[in-house]
Amino acid sequence: MSRYFTDEHEWIDVDGNSATVGITDYAQSQLGDIVFVEVPADGAKVTKGGDAAVVESVKAASDVYAPVSGTVTEGNAALADDPSLVNSDPEGAGWFFKLQLDDASELDGLMDAAAYAAFVEGL
Amino acid sequence: MSDDTVETVLELPLGDWHRAKGARMVPFAGYSMPIQYEGIMAEHLWTRESAGLFDVSHMGQVILSGDGAAEALEAIVPGDISALKEGRMRYSLLLADDGGILDDLMITAAPMALYVVVNGAVKHADIAYLRNKLPVSILLNHMEDRALLALQGPKAADALARVVPGVGRLFFMEADSFLWGEEPLWISRSGYTGEDGFEISLPAACAVAFADALAAQPEVKPIGLGARDSLRLEAGLPLYGHDLEPRIDPVQGNLSFAISKRRREEGGFAGADRILKALKDGPSWVRVGFTVDGRQPVREGAEIFDGDQVVGKITSGGFAPSVGAPIAMGYVLAAKSAIGTTLEAEVRGKRIGLTVAAMPFIPNRYHRKGATK
Repeated sequence: MSRYFTDEHEWIDVDGNSATVGITDYAQSQLGDIVFVEVPADGAKVTKGGDAAVVESVKAASDVYAPVSGTVTEGNAALADDPSLVNSDPEGAGWFFKLQLDDASELDGLMDAAAYAAFVEGL
Repeated sequence: MSDDTVETVLELPLGDWHRAKGARMVPFAGYSMPIQYEGIMAEHLWTRESAGLFDVSHMGQVILSGDGAAEALEAIVPGDISALKEGRMRYSLLLADDGGILDDLMITAAPMALYVVVNGAVKHADIAYLRNKLPVSILLNHMEDRALLALQGPKAADALARVVPGVGRLFFMEADSFLWGEEPLWISRSGYTGEDGFEISLPAACAVAFADALAAQPEVKPIGLGARDSLRLEAGLPLYGHDLEPRIDPVQGNLSFAISKRRREEGGFAGADRILKALKDGPSWVRVGFTVDGRQPVREGAEIFDGDQVVGKITSGGFAPSVGAPIAMGYVLAAKSAIGTTLEAEVRGKRIGLTVAAMPFIPNRYHRKGATK
């Protein structure tokens, strides 16, 4: 399994053609207290770079983009009851959705953990 | 969150103090200001249970002096200012000729003068308007060399009294001068959170030392603009530029309490025709509060529906930490404004249930004169 990162602060864990998507620890720290998460419905088609989910802090609503194109297989139902999982465990239990990849080559432009760490360092 | 304008962002006296305390700074009203320190939720709840220190030095502090300043000001505000006793303050509204609200403001009868605090984002326009509308015999001094702090919360009085003995004698909406060492302070028992608390005007040169003295009190933590907004929303208090604007008159704004009895009888203020008519006939639209079904926040700009019909618009909304649910404020047709009316807001194509609710959303805890604790 490999983990990739986007410059919009999403992470994606890829296992064959399946993947899990969430937002990074840096993203949750910037957003602050998460009070609501809207995840995509099962079967929804998402497009690389397109809107896929919405995360709302006390202050504002922010879009979460799909790191790659694909078909959503599951949204994280636990976030409906406890959106603060995104704050407490953003890169684990606070995942947003799972999807089937359309085209694994879309992963090529994404960052690995070291590159993402350097990217955040430069912000 | 980013601000693409190239306008200069000005620095306030406590800018570096906030950064040293770990604040995240954002441009607001032309100044670099703290949006949050440890987090909006924690700061909000801390203020409700202890005492929060807010830097509101971006606001405009103006002294109006000269014979007849109160009577002159009454031409453009609907409050009874000439009856204001020294050391008393009043919430009022700066009115355009058509009765629209140009700003909301606090007016205090200080010795020999009126002390007026206006919103930061519109202070230069306000001052120009005041200068234009007031006779030349009235002196207007914009005190840009003073900072303004607010200490808010149930433990604010204990904490402030340790730094400035004697402040406990003030009741809600009273103000007086105090000394901190040799520094002249002007302190009022007022605020924008629904809690007991104080607003402290002080020389900018001693703002860092005074903020340090307050922050050294165990009850006190610095609080950012994010929590300031969620606290005032729970308190049902409108935010100028969002819940109030020039197209809105005081009756629509649900601020008729700011139109004093004598002024209702006599008129003689900007827009009196429109405002007195609205008082008599009732407004067409009115500002109300809403509780929100579920957990999804309904925010500024969302349209309000009754079935297929658009009946209003949300002007402020968000998650309310002390309520534990989303709340909102907005304008609806008067026919839909009764407490308990159920409506819907549309957010990202989805309908969310709203119920018109009494404000404040949590009880005020002001230190009123004559009130039993």
